[in-house]
Amino acid sequence: MTFEAPDQDQRTVMIPPPEGDRVIDVHGLDFFYGKNQALYGVELPVARNKVTALIGPSGCGKSTLLRTLNRIYDLYAGQSATGKIMFDGSNILDQGKNSEQLRARIGMVFQRPTPFPMSIYDNIAFGVRLHRSVGKAEMDEIVERSLVRAALWDEVKDKLTTSGLGLSGGQQQRLCVARGIAINPDVLLLDEPASALDPLSTAKLESTLIELKSSITIVIVTHNLQQAARISDYTGFMLLGKMVEFRPSSDAFVSPETKQMQDYITGRFG
Amino acid sequence: MSTAASVSDEALRVTDAQGNARSPRNDWLFRNLCLSAVLAMMATLIGLVGSLVSGGWMALSHFGFSFFTTSTWDPVADQYGAAGPIVGTLITALLALVFALPIAVGVAVFLVEICPQIIARWLAIAVELLAGIPSIVYGMWGLFVLAPWFAQNVQIPLMTWVTPGSWLEAIVSGVPNGANIFTASLILAVMILPYIAAILRELLMSVPSHMREAAYGLGCTPREVVMRIMLPYVRRSAIGAVMLGLGRALGETMAVTFIIGNSHNFPHSLFDSGSTISSTIANEFTEATGDMHISALIALGTVLFMITFVTIALARLLLGRGGPK
Amino acid sequence: MTAPVERYDRLLHLRRKFYNSVFLVLTGIATLIALTALFLILETLVVKGLAGMDSHVFTMSQPAPDEQGGLLNAIVGSLVMCGFGMVIALVVGILAGTWLAEYGDGTRLAAIVRFLNDILISAPSILIGLFVYQLLVRPFHGFSSLAGGVALSLLAMPVATRATEDIMRLQPYALREAGMALGANRGLVIRAIIWRASTSGLMTGALLSFARISGETAPLLFTSLGNPFLSFSLTQPMAALPTTIFQFAMSAYDDWQRLAWAGALLIAAAVLATNILGRALTRGSMQK
Repeated sequence: MTFEAPDQDQRTVMIPPPEGDRVIDVHGLDFFYGKNQALYGVELPVARNKVTALIGPSGCGKSTLLRTLNRIYDLYAGQSATGKIMFDGSNILDQGKNSEQLRARIGMVFQRPTPFPMSIYDNIAFGVRLHRSVGKAEMDEIVERSLVRAALWDEVKDKLTTSGLGLSGGQQQRLCVARGIAINPDVLLLDEPASALDPLSTAKLESTLIELKSSITIVIVTHNLQQAARISDYTGFMLLGKMVEFRPSSDAFVSPETKQMQDYITGRFG
Repeated sequence: MSTAASVSDEALRVTDAQGNARSPRNDWLFRNLCLSAVLAMMATLIGLVGSLVSGGWMALSHFGFSFFTTSTWDPVADQYGAAGPIVGTLITALLALVFALPIAVGVAVFLVEICPQIIARWLAIAVELLAGIPSIVYGMWGLFVLAPWFAQNVQIPLMTWVTPGSWLEAIVSGVPNGANIFTASLILAVMILPYIAAILRELLMSVPSHMREAAYGLGCTPREVVMRIMLPYVRRSAIGAVMLGLGRALGETMAVTFIIGNSHNFPHSLFDSGSTISSTIANEFTEATGDMHISALIALGTVLFMITFVTIALARLLLGRGGPK
Repeated sequence: MTAPVERYDRLLHLRRKFYNSVFLVLTGIATLIALTALFLILETLVVKGLAGMDSHVFTMSQPAPDEQGGLLNAIVGSLVMCGFGMVIALVVGILAGTWLAEYGDGTRLAAIVRFLNDILISAPSILIGLFVYQLLVRPFHGFSSLAGGVALSLLAMPVATRATEDIMRLQPYALREAGMALGANRGLVIRAIIWRASTSGLMTGALLSFARISGETAPLLFTSLGNPFLSFSLTQPMAALPTTIFQFAMSAYDDWQRLAWAGALLIAAAVLATNILGRALTRGSMQK
């Protein structure tokens, strides 16, 4: 099976943030599942301390793109990426197997909540201890600060030693956010983090993300256009493995230039 | 589903060839036939327990508690104390577990997380097939290969090397023929190894992939993903799997009987000959003539039943419905 | 790559990487040890087994020591008793498994039976031997192949029950509803549709239970005992491959030991082949 771009309107529109503001810069990224190509020459400039949303119909490659940014695809034999993902002055695709350090700086939150089989406290401390030796007092502080920033502290402060598996779905997802930010990453990747949550939990998660962006760069994949419009500063629209339109969110949903994006956000397909 | 289409209309007709309605009694009959099969199976279990207890009652009531605490097993004097075989059973099974468990965990982890999946699939099939090899094969290998090798290359050198009277001698003393508690445990370990490894592998494979990805996404090394996330995630079932392996080692007959040396004495060292409950029964039952001797052997069986029942029941409770066949 | 110092500790990372490498090497070594041990056993089995194999193995019965002979009586005995045991086990096991899957759902009895059945699957086989001894040998004052067959059937029964229940549960509920919607009663739907749809799974279950009992020695030691002569009688003692192997291996005669290895190879090959066949059947039915 191959993905073929539609004939009409091959135009792509890129209105990227200024070069100096970019923390990650993706150039000409191709991605392969075995022999099947899933991404074609994708460009993605990610602005520092902003929220960048990736939207597009199912199978357009937005999750695939996200999964290259911390090289989590390395786990699977047969998946490969070529091109450039510039981060902190070097191409992370060239770095061989040094992924642990990369992932200390680019964290990820997944579609399904993934609390580890340990206490709420340890869920957060576990990640921190992977990268630094931390004393008890400092760890207490990090745990509290992370939970506060993830807007979960008030709900769990009296039961930090209970299992993380006992929380509700929305709480579990915010625990995962807290776990991700506790290790103080430059970038946090979120792969449809709200798709398994009810509306109220979704709203809480969204306000958490908006709070976070003062100190962390966020890239979020979402199916929910309202969500993208609400929280993001930049929006990238993908279709059939290509970045079709990338621009500031302020006008992306009002005046998209390409026909495909117009069709998508007016609900004509996807 | 293709099978649904292949069912003939004839089989499903509500009326038979003569036009008589197929009566609901048909279902009642079949239902109760199935139920009686279930009850027959349960009757088997009750019969098993009943026959063990009634058969062993004579010895148990005659010797009382000393049956468990003394180790004189003397058919000539009709005197029976089962401490030797009972302790032998427990020691060999636990030792086997100590040998097998780290290796089984290593194999399971290697197959799930480290080895390239194409090779891993074949290795996994091999491991599962090996788990099905009859135990008598393991026993024969122990008798003809392991025991002589062990006597020649371990026991004899150790005997000349160890100073008499030292603590080490207390552990390694024994007839240097390779038939002892230690080698029996080794054979048992080799036997339960593929069994435990196969179940552990299944368990590790059942960990949701997003859990794994989340751990790697945080910067974990494969060691940390396995030891801190995946194994704890399945720990309940994993303990069940290990106990199932223990249950197998406790009840195993043939792999042990060949090589344990068959002495009813209380074992005095690791390299001492000994016996297990099942090896004692296997060796003596057909030659037992006195009623008390037979009863004592069945009483041994009762003890084995109780030990294994508790172990396996716990294992199954921990494993839940996903346990192996 | 330069990073702020406070974010991660380079030394800690190196240490973790080191532990990880050690761990990876250890799992590799564990796998190597396991494969070596199992390879050594299989190698001995094949080498000694082939050395003991000749045409007499299949054509002649148990020899006196130092005379020519084979395992015919044992092979036939194993086939007879396993066949007998399988027939009983399959009839009872399939019916019982059907009840668990179709009728007993949600009842307390089903939960108890399921649990006890799983325990029976792992129960020590020598205890089954003791039970059948008391049930069929002692009262009739003699060892018999009937007792041996019953002992084997009791071993296979829980395996067949579990396999039947598992495979029948895999059938979609819509299949049952479709049958009932045609006016057929439950029993008819089960027999005409569910059993038929489960055929290959049931065959796999049968093969796996057969593999399970064909190598069993302990439950036969004091039920069918053994018999140096070819016998087809249900009321007489009967030889079986595993018991004969046990007797020969423990003997002091070279000829007998050689035959024991040949027999062990035969049994192991049969069990492996049955298991592989069972697996192939399952895979075939899943691809459908």
